[in-house]
Formats: sequence, structure tokens, C-alpha cells
Amino acid sequence: MSTSVSTPSASPPALRAKDDRVKTRSLTSRLLSRPEIGSLIGAIAVFVLFVVVAPTFRQPASLATVAYAGSTIGIMAVAVALLMIGGEFDLSAGVVVTTSALAASTFAYQLRLNLWVGILVSLLLALAIGAFNGWLLMRTGLPSFLITLGTFFMLQGLNLGVTKLLTGGVSSDSVADMDGFASAQAVFASTIQVGGVGVRITVLWWILFVALATWTLLRTRVGNWIFAVGGDDAAARAVGVPVRKTKIGLFMTVGFCGWFVGMHQLFSFDSIQSGGGVGQEFIYIIAAVVGGCLLTGGYGSAVGSAIGALIFGMTSLGIVYAGWDANWFKLFLGVMLLLATIVNLVVKNQAAKR
Amino acid sequence: MRIRSRTTAAAAFVAVAALTTAGCSSSGGRPADEGGGAAAGVADTPRMEIAVITHAAPGDTFWDIVRSGAEAAAAKDNVELNFQGAPEAGDQVNLVQSAIDSGVDGIAVTLAKADALTPVVQQAREAGIPVVAFNGGFAEWEPSGAMSYFGQDEELAGEAAGTRLTQEGAQHELCVIQEQGHVGLEARCRGVDNTFNGTSEVLYVTGTDMPSVEQAITSKLQQDPSIDRVVTLGAPFALTAVQSVQAAGSSAQVATFDTNKELIGAIQDGDVQWAVDQQPYLQGYLSVDSLWLYATNGNTIGGGQATLTGPAFIDSSNVERVAEFAANGTR
Repeated sequence: MSTSVSTPSASPPALRAKDDRVKTRSLTSRLLSRPEIGSLIGAIAVFVLFVVVAPTFRQPASLATVAYAGSTIGIMAVAVALLMIGGEFDLSAGVVVTTSALAASTFAYQLRLNLWVGILVSLLLALAIGAFNGWLLMRTGLPSFLITLGTFFMLQGLNLGVTKLLTGGVSSDSVADMDGFASAQAVFASTIQVGGVGVRITVLWWILFVALATWTLLRTRVGNWIFAVGGDDAAARAVGVPVRKTKIGLFMTVGFCGWFVGMHQLFSFDSIQSGGGVGQEFIYIIAAVVGGCLLTGGYGSAVGSAIGALIFGMTSLGIVYAGWDANWFKLFLGVMLLLATIVNLVVKNQAAKR
Repeated sequence: MRIRSRTTAAAAFVAVAALTTAGCSSSGGRPADEGGGAAAGVADTPRMEIAVITHAAPGDTFWDIVRSGAEAAAAKDNVELNFQGAPEAGDQVNLVQSAIDSGVDGIAVTLAKADALTPVVQQAREAGIPVVAFNGGFAEWEPSGAMSYFGQDEELAGEAAGTRLTQEGAQHELCVIQEQGHVGLEARCRGVDNTFNGTSEVLYVTGTDMPSVEQAITSKLQQDPSIDRVVTLGAPFALTAVQSVQAAGSSAQVATFDTNKELIGAIQDGDVQWAVDQQPYLQGYLSVDSLWLYATNGNTIGGGQATLTGPAFIDSSNVERVAEFAANGTR
């Protein structure tokens, strides 16, 4: 749109003649056009607000709790964001967490095995559910919205049905006294002391997963494939992108992250309610969208999903830290999320004008 | 490609099989012998069919215990039991309607959403089907046309808990509601507030997402260190609140409404101080048994008055006795 003339100040000897067909953009302009920048500014606004109004929010221990809240949403949101960039939805993302946790605990408990066996079986199951979603999508060409809605109901029914059949109750039996519990808890649900503040290990895993996803998206061939299939899968196929593999892989990534969060829940709470996880899928999608993912696919970022999850965590706990009337909690939550998203939009529009 | 994926599958299978054989747990796991529960002879009265229709969301441990009570009575009374539930009022009305249409011999229904259900209860009465109410609807069961009521008054139960907190010398209580706008849960917290002499506060959490429950309670305890009691309204949330107390480094004690197997263990260990028990087993049992008594002998339990199944307290003084029943899923 508008011209930006780059002024070669101090003019170092150019190696080749400057190509006037390629526009050079300033650093700020490039920064502002990143998908996650709007949400970052939204996050800073929310953070500053709560720092001002809620004294407890400023304490390191409180920030650790907020980071933990961000991580339990964010680990799933990063996978959901990748999937959304790839142009698909997964409505079963919330219940797959519960399914994995139930599978691990039930399998090990019923057969009296080491918990790590259950954890492994549950990983295979979660990956299989993801692969099934992806395979069915590619096979039928139906919208992923419908297919995963089907899986969502099926898993919900399975969670309840199988648990009732095996335990006679609706929650899995406690596995806290079984072999492998301590080591699994150390991996999935421990607390690390950092300067006198207990930081949950999920926060570290979350950072790792986001870093991995960002590297994959921006620096690898697979990352290009993900953007390509989300933008236009027919065109992507025409230029040789393995659309089928990429999409199935994305669904399996969601399965993997669901498994991880499921393991976290199992080893934090010892037993799992079979009705849990319903409704969470929307929280993950919201985190991804607040973080700059387009609902239509082909655009977004992994870091953005993390910021989206953090905004959600900060808002839901910040309201508590601020001591606002609990009856109005959901209203505050809605208003804050809307504000964060509007800031996001304004920044994005400003960036587009440059 | 095909060969490779087959090899991978085979390798995975072998790995799992190896782990399965090598990975046995030396402790915990499913107990070798199971069984228990109330077992009695079977009545020689003619087979009758009773529908029990609740407002339970699928996957709530509380309703398992109600159900095992109903099943025990059904087995003893030669009753064919049809146990169903729907959290939405409209769906629950439809379930009652279909029970009327299929001509059951008795209906037990929860009146948590009494306004919606009253018309259909009256329809059942007109069709000559006796109806009893249980669990929800302490104030509404009589005008609705139900014959008897088995349950507790949620506000009374809350008041009992509030009185106990006052006696213990608590100063500041946090009442955790896992479903915003649930009439029964709100009534419990209101009851606690009525009789508790210290400060009462309410915190809303998302019951279907346990990590967020833990985070919310933790943050509230960090925000206000003067809180010395956390009162939860369901057993799983009490166990989570115990973790929040640890995470926040708070010295608050945890008490709760309703119980399950794990909660009984937590009371034994001293992690949870006490639980207000409304004896769900009894609610299920009495509902079915009262319909049987009415059909076979014309009796009404309660004689036109509500039959209270709670509140009773489970604490360190009586937990050992309750524990053996809880292990069977009947308390």
C-alpha cells in the first residue's frame, strides 16, 4: 500500500543492486504484523490492570499460580492452534484429556500393573483417537467440526460407560498407592522451588511445547506444510504437500497434548471424574483465537496460543485476586476477554495500515 | 510403507506385552476380592416396575450411591428398576412423561426444578401412578402432589455446618460452589452464612475442570490469608481443596458436603475435617421401598411429612464405621 522508502544510511557497499520489486519493511512494521502481537499487547494490558487493582496479584507465588493456570490451558491450546492453522477443528480435545487419564488409571488399576504401563497404553490410545479423527476427515471429506463432534460424544459415553462397568462408580479408583506413581508424579505433576516459589512443572513443559511448535512452524518443512494445508489444501496438494499426512499428524498432536494434560490431572488428583473435560475444547479454541489464529485456517502462531492461554489464566484468577464480587465472575471474565480481543484487533488493523 | 507400519505395530505390541508382564504393581490396584453391599432375601410380591428419574448430570459420584440404594431396595422388593437422569428440566420432564406412557407402577423423581416438573407429577397422579419425591424439592414436594419426600433441606444442612464452624471457633469461611446458579448449592452456602458467626464468602469454580478448581481456590487463599475454613459442596472438590491449601501455604482446614470412598480416606488421614452426609443411599433405597410398601400394603413413609435423611456428620469419631460401607460404594 503506502510506500516505504528505505534510506541506506551510512551506505555499506551493497553486494548486489537493490531490487525495487521487493519492499523492505521497518522492524516495527514487521513486528506489528506478527499474528501474536495484538494478543501480547492485550496480555500486557490485562496484566497491568490486575497489578494495579489487586495487591496479591503482584506476589511471586500468585504469578506462579497464574502461570500454572495458563499452562493447563496452554499445553492443549498450542496443539489446537497448530490444528487450526492447518484449517481444522477438534471438538473432542476436551474429553480426550479425560479419556487418556481414565485409560491410564483404569488399565493399570484393573490389571494391577505398574502405572507406566497404563501411561504408555493411554498414549497409544490418545494418538489412535487423533489418527482416527484425521483419517476419517481425509476419508470422508466431511467438515472436521462434525467428525470431532461425533468423537466428542462417543468419548464422553465411553468415559462414563467403561468407568461404570469396571469400577461400578463414575470416578476412577485412586492410584496413589501403586508402583510408578511417585516417578510419574515427578514427571507430570511435581512442583519445583524457584527462589522460594513453587512453580508447577507443567509450566516448564508448556514453554518447551510452545518453543517446539514455534520452531516447527517457522523453521521446518512441516511448518510450511501446516500453513499450506490450512490456506488451501487443494493448492497445497497440487504443489506436492502431503496433505493427508499433515492433517492426520496435526490431529495426533492434539491427541498427544490431550494425553499429557490427562496425565497431569491423573497424577495431581489421583482419581479422575469420568464426566470431566466437557466444555474445555472451547477454552482451547478461544485461547488460540485470542492469540491470533484465524478460524478459517492458514494463519496464526504457537506463541499466540500461549499468550491467549495466559490471558485466560490471568483474567480468571485476577478477578479472584482483585476480590471482585463472585456473583459477577463470568461477566467480568467475558468483558475482559472481549477487551483483550478488541485490543488485539485494533493493533492488527493498525499494522495492516502501515 | 505398509511393511514399516506393520513392523512398528508389531514392535509396539511386543513392547506393551513385555511391559505388561514385567510391569506389575506390587501395591494398590484392584482388590483381589470384591463384593459386599446389602443383600437380603427377595419378596414374594408380584413383579412391579418403578422408574427413578433424577436431575443428575452423567458422571457424578453422588448419584452412584443413590443408585446403589435404589438397586438394593429393588432387588429385595422384586422390583424392576428403571434408573434415569437428565440435568435439563425439559429432558427430565420427558423422561417422567415416557414413564407414565409406558405404564410403570410407581415413579420416584427429584424435584430440583419443581416448577417444571409439577404438571407432569400431577399427570402421573391422574393416571393412577403413585409418585414420591426425593433429594431435591424440600419446599415443593407437597404442593406438587407427590406422596412422600426423602432428602434433606439444603439450607438446614448448611445451617448445621455453619453452627459447627462457629463451635470450632472458625473466623472466616470460604464456600466453594462448583456450578453457578444451582439452587441447592446456593442454598447450602446461604445456610452456612445464616448460622456462622464469622465472615462468609462464596467462590464460584468450574466443576468440570479440576485444575481450574485447584487454581481458583489457591488464588483465593493467597488473596485472603485470613480464610481459615474452606467448605466445598461435593467430595471431589474437597480433595482438590486440600491440594490448594498446600499450594497456597495456607493453614485453612477443609470441610465438605457429601462423601465418597476417597473422601472417607481423607477424613481418616485428617486431611478433611468432616463431611455433611445426606445419606444418598437411603434416599434411593427409601424411594423405591416406599413405592413398594404403598403398592403392597398401602403405607406411606413419613405419614405426609418429609422424611429427613440428613444432615448427619462424618468426622474422626465415626469415620471408621462408615469406611467399610464406603468401600462398597454404599455410603
